[in-house]
Amino acid sequence: MLVSQIGYYSLILGLLFSFLLCGVSIKDLNSTSKQINENILSLSFLQLLLIIISFLSLIFSFIKSDFSNETVFNNSHTTKPLFYKISGTWGNHEGSLLLWLLVLTLFIFLFLIKSREQPKKYRILTLLFQQIIIIGFFLFVLITSNPFNYLFPIPSEGLGLNPILQDPALAIHPPILYLGYVGTSIIFSSSLAAVTQNYVSKEWSQHIKKWILVSWIFLTLGIMLGSIWAYYELGWGGFWFWDPVENVSLMPWLTLTALLHCIAVLERRAALKSWVIILSITTFTLSMCGTFLVRSGILNSVHTFANDPDRGVFILIFLFVLITLSLGIFFFFHKEDNKNSNSFFWLSRETSILINNWFMMYFLSVILIGTVYPIFLDVISSEKISVGPPFYQKLIVPFLIPFLLFMSLGPRLKWIKSKFVNKNSLIITFIISVMLTFFILKNLTTDLLFYTVLVSVAFFLFFTTLKELFINKFYNISQTVAHFGFSLLILSILFNSILSSEIITNIKIGEKYNYNKSEIFFKKTEERKKSNFNAIIGHFEIKDQSGKIVELKPEIRVYNQPVIITSEADIKTTLLDDKFLAMNLVKGNEYFNIRYQVKPFMIWIWISVLLLSLGGLMSLFKKKYEK
Amino acid sequence: MYGKKVKLRFLFLVLILASAILAVFLILQSLKENVVYFQSPSEIKALIELNKKKIRVGGMVKEQSVFITSNEVEFIITDFKNEINVIYLGAVPNLFAEGKGVVAEGFLKDKNYFLATKILAKHDENYMPPEVKEAIGDK
Repeated sequence: MLVSQIGYYSLILGLLFSFLLCGVSIKDLNSTSKQINENILSLSFLQLLLIIISFLSLIFSFIKSDFSNETVFNNSHTTKPLFYKISGTWGNHEGSLLLWLLVLTLFIFLFLIKSREQPKKYRILTLLFQQIIIIGFFLFVLITSNPFNYLFPIPSEGLGLNPILQDPALAIHPPILYLGYVGTSIIFSSSLAAVTQNYVSKEWSQHIKKWILVSWIFLTLGIMLGSIWAYYELGWGGFWFWDPVENVSLMPWLTLTALLHCIAVLERRAALKSWVIILSITTFTLSMCGTFLVRSGILNSVHTFANDPDRGVFILIFLFVLITLSLGIFFFFHKEDNKNSNSFFWLSRETSILINNWFMMYFLSVILIGTVYPIFLDVISSEKISVGPPFYQKLIVPFLIPFLLFMSLGPRLKWIKSKFVNKNSLIITFIISVMLTFFILKNLTTDLLFYTVLVSVAFFLFFTTLKELFINKFYNISQTVAHFGFSLLILSILFNSILSSEIITNIKIGEKYNYNKSEIFFKKTEERKKSNFNAIIGHFEIKDQSGKIVELKPEIRVYNQPVIITSEADIKTTLLDDKFLAMNLVKGNEYFNIRYQVKPFMIWIWISVLLLSLGGLMSLFKKKYEK
Repeated sequence: MYGKKVKLRFLFLVLILASAILAVFLILQSLKENVVYFQSPSEIKALIELNKKKIRVGGMVKEQSVFITSNEVEFIITDFKNEINVIYLGAVPNLFAEGKGVVAEGFLKDKNYFLATKILAKHDENYMPPEVKEAIGDK
């Protein structure tokens, strides 16, 4: 109880510090001193400290199962393992917003430390813009979603955390994702500050690039963790469902990726200034929109903790204010300088980056429309529709062909004006890719022509980046690694979807199910009791065509609080494929419903995403721009 | 006449505009083909003509209606006014149970039979899809 009080009052104090910081900053803006007022740094640190205290006290309440705290009562239970008590802190609406706030203040503090060489006014203005966002979130937390609400009489037991959230991948998914999501706020604030100071320049781009990379890496990893979780926990055997909630995380990722490429043009050629600013604003707006859609209860998913219209309205108003503010600043202050008459040639690195951006914007529009249109239609005509995976696949997959092709060729081009060197070796690589693809695919798929072209260009990117990696070891290695990772990602996804097989059947204990010379044998079930759930474990033996036997033991768990049945798939992972078995039991039936899948190259999907982030990481720690 | 830069800019704008229009057109076109409409059992009963397109049906799984054989699952979706038989060849999600909300996706065989290709999993036992809530009224 006392702990909750501490948490609550540090939040209020933190809000006061925001106003204090704004006051001091504005005063410092007009002072003549060259250096930033040191008080600003200390105040910013104290604000961060207050929110850390607040956050820790919430964690403490969760660990102690202090049910006088409403958030704890709603989302925890005494029998829950300690690890999930802690992760339950951000596994709910109130706690996750506190995490937002924590990341917001953490980033601005780090920004102040890391930007000492930057112009003073630019730093202060960035702080001011960031504080506007922070104040908005403080008000949001305190008014609509206070994590420290007091309950009386004190309940003796909590309602528990949704069992499908009790999972290691999901315990770290929110913090990682938030570091990426909220990290875009710094890009937003600093680009607005740079616009007002007319500081959108090469120097600025070098410094902001690091922040873009940090957000991008965390966002990439965060999305991957969510995807891994969906793969083994939801028991459908897929890793991406084009669910609106997945889409809203992919949208800022796309603009952030576009920004990451554009900032290089700004850095090297001092061009595309307006576009960089627009992308920065858009990225953060999309992150906020994501928060709005997910938190307001408009989208249905595990992320929707409570359908409280007030919250949605609050975020909507806040979002509106931020967009108006940023667009106002952009149009009022931003002047495209026509003085620099950069020469422009079609065949150049710049053009290829523009093409990259074009594709990113196209993918973004597809996902945006697919996600928003059903909501829109519901509001204006109350017709209920849903947009499924076929829509996205149809619109995105064919466009991957030119996209991958440009991605293989673009990085071979030089800045300003270029021509292809080693044309012959590129052509040979391409021919090899096509032949290899044809050889692999010829007996496998029905739509041979389309898939041959698609897989060929993916292989083309794979080989060109691989060659780059071996020949020019240190030339732009971060980019090559990231692009190599992307080609591997596309290849694994394609082969995964072409070669996957699935068997769904209902089966009784002791029965055998035969198909294609393979056999699934349901040996027996076994029961096990844990503090927070009882499990039924099925023992299965699967004999494949070659006669090899794999044992799989999927579980059905009945959680006690709240009473929810989940099924835990059992997955045997090898470098070549994943064998995935999930079972379900319909109440009062002797048949078990099982889903057995062989998913080739599953692990390579995760490995390639890791490679992608590794590329970002290498770029982040690169000392100087490599020629 | 105009400088090279102005011309270039103009060309650029035209290119972007043209491709944007093309993209929007493409997206809207395939949106038309790929949306799935949601209907309640009562709405299906009121249909004059059977639609061949994929739809979603939502409501409650009727008590005592689930029947499982070795290769299919049969049950009845009800909105307490009308009901519809569902045949499904696949794995049901964890939270599928009698007396709970459900959304099935698939094709209508006739007004009384629905061939489901997918049963949508819900994450939370207390959660009811808004469509289902609306379909069964305030119950």
